[in-house]
Amino acid sequence: MAKQVTLTIDGKQVTVPEGTVVADAAKMAGIDIPVFCHHPKLEPVGMCRMCLVEIGRPVRDRATGQFVMENGAPKIQFMPKLETACTNKVEEGMVVLTRSQKALEGQRGTIEFLLTSHPLDCPICDKGGECPLQNLTMAYGPDKSRFLYNEKFHLDKMVPLGELIWLDRERCIQCARCIRFQDEIAGDSVIGFDERGRATQIVTFSDPAFDSVFSGNTTDICPVGALTTSDFRFGARPWELQAHASICTQCPVGCNTTLNTRREAKSGGRIVVKRVMPRQNEDVNEIWICDKGRFAYHYTEGKNRLTRPMIRKDGKLTRASWDAATKLAAENFQKAKKNFVILASGRLSNEDLFNLKSLAEHAEGKAYLYSHMGGGELTSLVGVGQRTNFGTMGAGTTIVVVASDLYEEAPVWYLRVKQAAARGANLIVMNARETKLDRYASFTVRYAYGDEVKAVSDLGKKGKIGDSFLKSENVVILYGSDGLGVSGSRAVASACAKLLNENGFTGRPNNGLIGVWGRANDQGAWEMGFEAPEDLAKALKGKTVYIAGADPAADDPKLAKALEGAEFVVVQDVMTTATTEIADVVLPAQAFTEREGTLTSGERRVQRFYPAVPVTGEAKADFAITSQIARHMGIVLEGTSVSAVFDILAASVKSFEGLTYAKLAEVRPQWPIVGRSDLYYGGTTYENTQGMGAQLSAAAGRGEKVSLPRVEKEAVVRPKEKELLAVPVTKLYDRGTTVLPSELLHQRIGEARVVLHSETAKSLGVEEGQTVSVSFNGVNGEAVVKLSDAISVGVALIPRSMGLAIHEPAAVKVK
Amino acid sequence: MLLQKYPKEVKQILAKYPPEHKRSAVMPLLYLAQREEGYITKAAMQDIAQLLDISETDVASIVGFYTLYHDKKEGKYRMQVCTDLPCALRGAEEFLNNLCGNLGIKVGETTPDGLITLEAVTCLAACDRAPVFQTQGPDGIKYHENMTVDKTMELIEALKKSTGEAK
Amino acid sequence: MAHVLLRHRDIPDIHKLEVYKKNGGFAAFQNAVTQMKPNEVTEVVKNSGLRGRGGAGFPTGMKWSFIDNKNWPHYVVANADESEPGTFKDREIMEHNPFQFLEGVAIASYAVGANAAYIYLRGEFWQIAAFLDEKIAEMEAAGYLGKNIFGSDYSLKIYTHLGAGAYICGEETAMLESIEGKRGQPRVRPPFPPSYGLYGKPTIVNNVETLTNVPLILANGAEWYKSMGTADSAGVKIFSLSGRVRKPGNYELPFGTTFRELIYTYGGGVQDSRKVKAIMPAGASSSLILVDDEKVLDTPMDYATVRTLGADLGSASVIVIDDTVSIDWLINKTVHFFRHESCGKCTPCREGTYWMSHLTERIHEGRATRADVDLLLNVAKQMQGKCLCALGEFSTMAVVTGIERFRQDFDKVVKSNS
Ligand SMILES: Cc1cc2nc3c(=O)[nH]c(=O)nc-3n(C[C@H](O)[C@H](O)[C@H](O)COP(=O)(O)O)c2cc1C
Ligand code: SF4
Ligand code: FES
Repeated sequence: MAKQVTLTIDGKQVTVPEGTVVADAAKMAGIDIPVFCHHPKLEPVGMCRMCLVEIGRPVRDRATGQFVMENGAPKIQFMPKLETACTNKVEEGMVVLTRSQKALEGQRGTIEFLLTSHPLDCPICDKGGECPLQNLTMAYGPDKSRFLYNEKFHLDKMVPLGELIWLDRERCIQCARCIRFQDEIAGDSVIGFDERGRATQIVTFSDPAFDSVFSGNTTDICPVGALTTSDFRFGARPWELQAHASICTQCPVGCNTTLNTRREAKSGGRIVVKRVMPRQNEDVNEIWICDKGRFAYHYTEGKNRLTRPMIRKDGKLTRASWDAATKLAAENFQKAKKNFVILASGRLSNEDLFNLKSLAEHAEGKAYLYSHMGGGELTSLVGVGQRTNFGTMGAGTTIVVVASDLYEEAPVWYLRVKQAAARGANLIVMNARETKLDRYASFTVRYAYGDEVKAVSDLGKKGKIGDSFLKSENVVILYGSDGLGVSGSRAVASACAKLLNENGFTGRPNNGLIGVWGRANDQGAWEMGFEAPEDLAKALKGKTVYIAGADPAADDPKLAKALEGAEFVVVQDVMTTATTEIADVVLPAQAFTEREGTLTSGERRVQRFYPAVPVTGEAKADFAITSQIARHMGIVLEGTSVSAVFDILAASVKSFEGLTYAKLAEVRPQWPIVGRSDLYYGGTTYENTQGMGAQLSAAAGRGEKVSLPRVEKEAVVRPKEKELLAVPVTKLYDRGTTVLPSELLHQRIGEARVVLHSETAKSLGVEEGQTVSVSFNGVNGEAVVKLSDAISVGVALIPRSMGLAIHEPAAVKVK
Repeated sequence: MLLQKYPKEVKQILAKYPPEHKRSAVMPLLYLAQREEGYITKAAMQDIAQLLDISETDVASIVGFYTLYHDKKEGKYRMQVCTDLPCALRGAEEFLNNLCGNLGIKVGETTPDGLITLEAVTCLAACDRAPVFQTQGPDGIKYHENMTVDKTMELIEALKKSTGEAK
Repeated sequence: MAHVLLRHRDIPDIHKLEVYKKNGGFAAFQNAVTQMKPNEVTEVVKNSGLRGRGGAGFPTGMKWSFIDNKNWPHYVVANADESEPGTFKDREIMEHNPFQFLEGVAIASYAVGANAAYIYLRGEFWQIAAFLDEKIAEMEAAGYLGKNIFGSDYSLKIYTHLGAGAYICGEETAMLESIEGKRGQPRVRPPFPPSYGLYGKPTIVNNVETLTNVPLILANGAEWYKSMGTADSAGVKIFSLSGRVRKPGNYELPFGTTFRELIYTYGGGVQDSRKVKAIMPAGASSSLILVDDEKVLDTPMDYATVRTLGADLGSASVIVIDDTVSIDWLINKTVHFFRHESCGKCTPCREGTYWMSHLTERIHEGRATRADVDLLLNVAKQMQGKCLCALGEFSTMAVVTGIERFRQDFDKVVKSNS
């Protein structure tokens, strides 16, 4: 633990760790020193001059180094000038006056200066009501203006910094929080100051503008209404909003969020989600979320939401009662016996998946996970230990990232891994191509697509890299599916698991394996015992299929065909999809915004989400629908209370042992303090009062003997002449069902593409931006060429869910 | 592309700074990029960003901060007259006014032939030789001290000639 | 008396290497490198009483002794930004006596263990930078720079770096940011450059004139240097004289020379034989010295005595104001300068210079009332003691002292009805 220092602030004795700045020390003691540029997550810059205070330091005797005493107490010497509380570190015996006449005058002066060029348009400003400048003006500012209004400096008020973020140049107070966030935390230096003096203004020169997946966070920490999102801007006033705790469902990180809702005339008097805000969880996402999490929620309110059960009659889907629809499904499931197959995705909650898995077991059917990636049985065995937290990783910890482009696949992990590396963690990035994370790596390992397993197996043998790995106290490996299908990623997972297990990097905090899954609750599904089949089409063909939360028919024509050839298809989802079009029975499910439940993140943390908006139509929660079907089959599954399902689940799934629904709602005090009435300090991120979740145990952590499967080598695809090696990669903004309905993101999504090295393109005679035809494994389609020399010659990257159904490496013809 | 156009200069500039701090080369590279056209194009900023492994926004933000970098095309020569306090005490403002009259343009404007942009600037460290101005052009920055309007007009004539010949 | 810094005025062609050498050039550097330990060099400079000539007057030897020897590498940066209105001394040194300056840089580098030194010149000194580059190349060719200098294991490279039009880059931390390829905005201090400087490494920043003193101090000894000037301000100083005098220019004189001598003996007196009304001893950043009494002109120019007139000697850029000048016009000038040069990083300076410029304009144009003058004074004082760097503070000096000491000039221009 850091050395503790005791000082006095406004007469109160405060003890804080050495190195703390005075502003933070005061905050820890419940004393508010007003700040604008200071943010506890950013390096101190002392530029806004809001936090001026009087600081006195004990006088030391030059010869002895001892405090000079005066009337029995150390003699304190005050500086003639006010000092900034945000840049001065605490010292033993320091005396700070934050509300002396002199300090208050300094603070009032700074506010007055800021207001001289602020437009004072609070009545029409989005930040009004949650604006630090507004609040601090009330508390510390002057009560009247001495500056002539017509001498104000005017700047543009509607400046798009790209299509997601807008800038009001007049409102900006040049605190640089946004720029510093992008430079220091996000690592995307894509906004900066132009000009100088009073003309200083924020600009972006990147293409696309403000090219960062973290851009929305700048609107949370902007202490004025200068930065707003196009999504929320002019949409509502902060004080009209209700707040509901939730979990982001877009990726396996499991960022804690708050859904802000309100009743709205525009939406026919319905209560709707107005914005998604980060909610603090220092173990998971700190106070940040990525732009996908912030903007891609619109699918929950899409026009194509399913509102009532339907049954196919005379080839057409027609309205049915819940009873009739579930009964028909149940009859067919029963009839199918061993031919009964459940296909569910990680979009569902733990409780939904548990009920589905139970149903499959009772009915002797199979439960498959709809996933492009395998190896989850291994993360259950050697997954990261309880109390694993990227925020505590630094020197002594090695983080290996294999076959994953974290920036695109799990942005907040990218951000936290980057931060851990900055704190001294040894970061090893292994991939067949260059990724953004390489910049922060201590070592990068480049292999050819197809050689992943070998690269991982050899890691310990590799001289300096191997040493750095083996000598670490802790090792965490994140593995993904860059260029890999289900079997390939499973093979990589087993190689990683072996490496960790053999070297004792399991069963402890900050040690173990993490899967960079495609969906929010894939890990949960693996814990329940779901499997990902290598050949899904084959597994579905001719079967009676119960699909929940997945749209295979849209993703892949082959799967669509397999389903057409299925015996009977029941689909339960939140909206109409290509798969519901094929279904015999369609059951409307509630969106995550309408219900409660739990999700298991990639770090195996189970977290609760809560209902925010009223249910759409007759939709029901997935676990309840499954229970209703089961009842018709004579199987009893809990179907009314989520917490009851959770209790049953915790009693039967070993890794959940000891967890209770209530325990997941526990919170700890967190630092920095955010989101209370004092928004000035940490921004508009919400405080966490609804639960920080709890981590599952892994077999290794429970002290069980872990027996791992043999590491299998993948079969390597060898393209013939005139063919390239096509590999699947993941893009953050894709055409998936949970992204596409957010029109705001369309520019960033773009069209189907194939990425080639410039030399590859040259030899094919194609150019950047050209549309080419692409064919592999019986898939034929069109895509636009993008060039990147970060990949090898002879390779074609094809993003998943972008219109071309790629599941695993394949030989491809590009023309 | 700067590297292709001035390989020797670029190398020399980069050699001045520790390789892990090559960002330091941004200012000299901007001068290089500005040499021919008198301003820095977006393409040049992109180019420099790539050379130094920083973002284009970082480069633009530097161009915006320093007054001797320009991001718009103006006159071939910028004639920057000091009108700061010490020079003003020695008649610089009057000099500039008369010059404007003679050239038929206002401060900040460019002569119709595109040769001269007239600017007023802060102290040039030549206060004992007012009136003084510097010219910023393709051949760098040059001082012209103890000037009169007549001498200035002669200088402009000479510049006109030399650029005419260069064409 | 022979010049110490402006030696080119006594020795023609001293900018040529052979001439410089013939006149004792590089002997001090050679002696330091071959015969002295670095801290011994620092000790001599400390004993000489040399204080920084960039404005703050900080004891140079003491600054060198602050270099953090636990953190490497070290750097030396020579401040040749010379942007203070009224200052033009470093320029003359570099244009005409370049080797003495460069030798000073080299000795300083040796004293603090730096193997690389940067000379930061304001962008306008484009031609001087090219000239210095030539001189540096000559020194390299002669073996005074590069590897194993004078057969020792000491090596040194000197580089020039051009600014691009920003007064703030004269502030040492802004200068370091600028060399690092960033916007020239000052850093929060502490930490100071001797512990956290260029690239985060220990760095000594010194003004050109400061460094140019060093070779002769080493050659002639600390006592020699101390024998010139006054007890508190040792040695000689270049006074840049400008404004309403007949013979403006640089005058190298011992500290303690009076204003009268400078203005009348050297500067040839005031133009049109007018009366001196005010003096700005430190360029546009100065307080205005009120010359209501001829006796003021007999004040000796050294750091301590000038302070008794309510001003700082700073960089000794003496701007003479005569009785034809109205102070409301003058502060409108200085405030506009600072508004133009404010980097925009901190609030009081960015907003305060802007606000003040509106008020000085209003006053100068006769649109103001007495209350506006009071407000201006109040705004200036509200800025004082609160800015991130000294620029903001500088911008208020002429305003506050101008209004407080020359109120009658303002009374003349404000609207009478209030
Ligand atoms: C706004 C501002 C401008 C400055 N400009 C200069 C300058 O042009 N030249 C200079 O030598 N020092 C300048 N200084 C002082 C430097 O910060 C620094 O104190 C000096 O370079 C130290 O060198 P010295 O100890 O040799 O004087 C300036 C300071 C400030 C605050
Ligand atoms: S936009 Fe906001 S965060 Fe950025 S500098 Fe302006 S006020 Fe600060
Ligand atoms: S200067 Fe301390 S909060 Fe801005």
